[in-house]
Amino acid sequence: MTEFMDNLFSVFFVETLLNGLLYGGVLALLSLGLNLIFGVIDVVWICYAELVMLGMYTIYFAHVVYGLPLIPAAFVGVLVVAVLGYVLHRVVIAHVLGKAPINQLLATGGVLFFLQSIATLFFGVEFLSLGVSLGSFQITEDIYLSKSQFVAFVVAAAAVAGMYLFLSRSYMGAAIRAISQDRDIMILMGVDANRLYGLTSAIGGGLAGLAACLLALQFDVHPFVGISFGPIVFMVCVMGGLGNLVGGFIAAFVFAELIAIGGYFADLEWGTVLAFCVFVITMFIRPEGLFARKS
Amino acid sequence: MLVLNDVTAGYGDFTALFNASIDVNAGEAVAVIGPNGAGKSTLMRAISGMIPLKGGSIAMEGQAISEIAPHKIVELGIAHVPENRRLFPRMSVEENLRVGCYAKPFRAAFEQRLEFVYELFPRMKERRNQLAGTMSGGEQQMCAIGRALMSDPKILLMDEPSAGLAPVIVQQVFELIRKIRADGLTVLIVEQNVQQVLKVVDRAYLLEAGTIRHSGSSEELLGSEDIRKAYIGV
Repeated sequence: MTEFMDNLFSVFFVETLLNGLLYGGVLALLSLGLNLIFGVIDVVWICYAELVMLGMYTIYFAHVVYGLPLIPAAFVGVLVVAVLGYVLHRVVIAHVLGKAPINQLLATGGVLFFLQSIATLFFGVEFLSLGVSLGSFQITEDIYLSKSQFVAFVVAAAAVAGMYLFLSRSYMGAAIRAISQDRDIMILMGVDANRLYGLTSAIGGGLAGLAACLLALQFDVHPFVGISFGPIVFMVCVMGGLGNLVGGFIAAFVFAELIAIGGYFADLEWGTVLAFCVFVITMFIRPEGLFARKS
Repeated sequence: MLVLNDVTAGYGDFTALFNASIDVNAGEAVAVIGPNGAGKSTLMRAISGMIPLKGGSIAMEGQAISEIAPHKIVELGIAHVPENRRLFPRMSVEENLRVGCYAKPFRAAFEQRLEFVYELFPRMKERRNQLAGTMSGGEQQMCAIGRALMSDPKILLMDEPSAGLAPVIVQQVFELIRKIRADGLTVLIVEQNVQQVLKVVDRAYLLEAGTIRHSGSSEELLGSEDIRKAYIGV
């Protein structure tokens, strides 16, 4: 017990909490994109993490192969995935709109395997690294924070704040929130739903591309990298109530801290196990998610 | 102003409205009355482009609505207050009004229209930051009418504005319609509350089983023995 208390009040625990917070920022960004698309279009992009994977390849090729500096390479990454999001909508999603959810799941699930296979075919299975190391901050004598994680958190937080302003202040943002509350009457408001769907897909893709840039700073890219965070992003969205942006935001930090704390008291992998156990139990108690709206 | 010629419409294979011809002149208030399921809402939805026509034509000031994209119909000056109000419940009153001003040609006048709506409904100004879904039915109806007025329409379509409201509130809603039309706005209103609506409109059409059975001035319809028996119950 004393050992537990020592652990709890150790500086390393503080470091763990901080790392959880930093990871939560990126999870929040990822879940925002997925939630936005679900809220507006009412289709879950099962292949969302695979778009992030392609974004990571894009920034890798732009930076390492074509020698673009990091920031322009990141812009290319965001742009490419935004276009991919739009294309995904036009080519696949537009044809399953209003169909049975199982068809939508199978269609976007099919895209997931398609993208993994295409990536394997073109890029091979080796792990590719940006080869960028930003080093770390020393906060106190014993606490170090990775700079790439810190940058990821700051950029993700800025993007989430920017999206909040966009959704709350602009006409387009108001229409995006409105269409998730009442689809049929948008025509009376002069809203072209198909245009709004395409635009939201591009925004969702852009957010995935931005997340890809931030993740590429910390992780190697390979065709199956999506598996290491895709399921977590889905859990975050479901736990926050699918389509509920604020719920997803909070759930992202809850999840990130669970993973960090679990990893602190046991091995790193146990953190994920703990988070998934909490998720499963949550689904028993509140199948609509922690922050589900009363309907 | 608004002319429906031989309009047939419905949902999928189901046809709810057969060969309806209606016209509304500028400055008029016209009602379409009839029992539940007569096709009244179908008529409204066909005008505002929510459902496609199966036959006939609809023209607003000479412009056939079937020739333009459905979401552009509001830009012709047709605003539709849908049945059951259909506000965006998790958005504030003011955000609901903003969505009503979404189409590009309307945006420049947002502040003016907002002021106009707040003047018409001071209650909405007080509640501007309240979530629409948390307001009373009467307040929601005000907000729904306000949202439609944000586009500065030439004609206002109202689908069952009194449905689901307490009798006192129903009185207020009809008082409001009287006020709106006194401002010179053209109104086409669908109602089951026949006695009330005939007091605020100039003319009315009687719709039964998807077909226009009768039309005439309000006085004429109020005086008709059949209609009094069937719809007013006295």
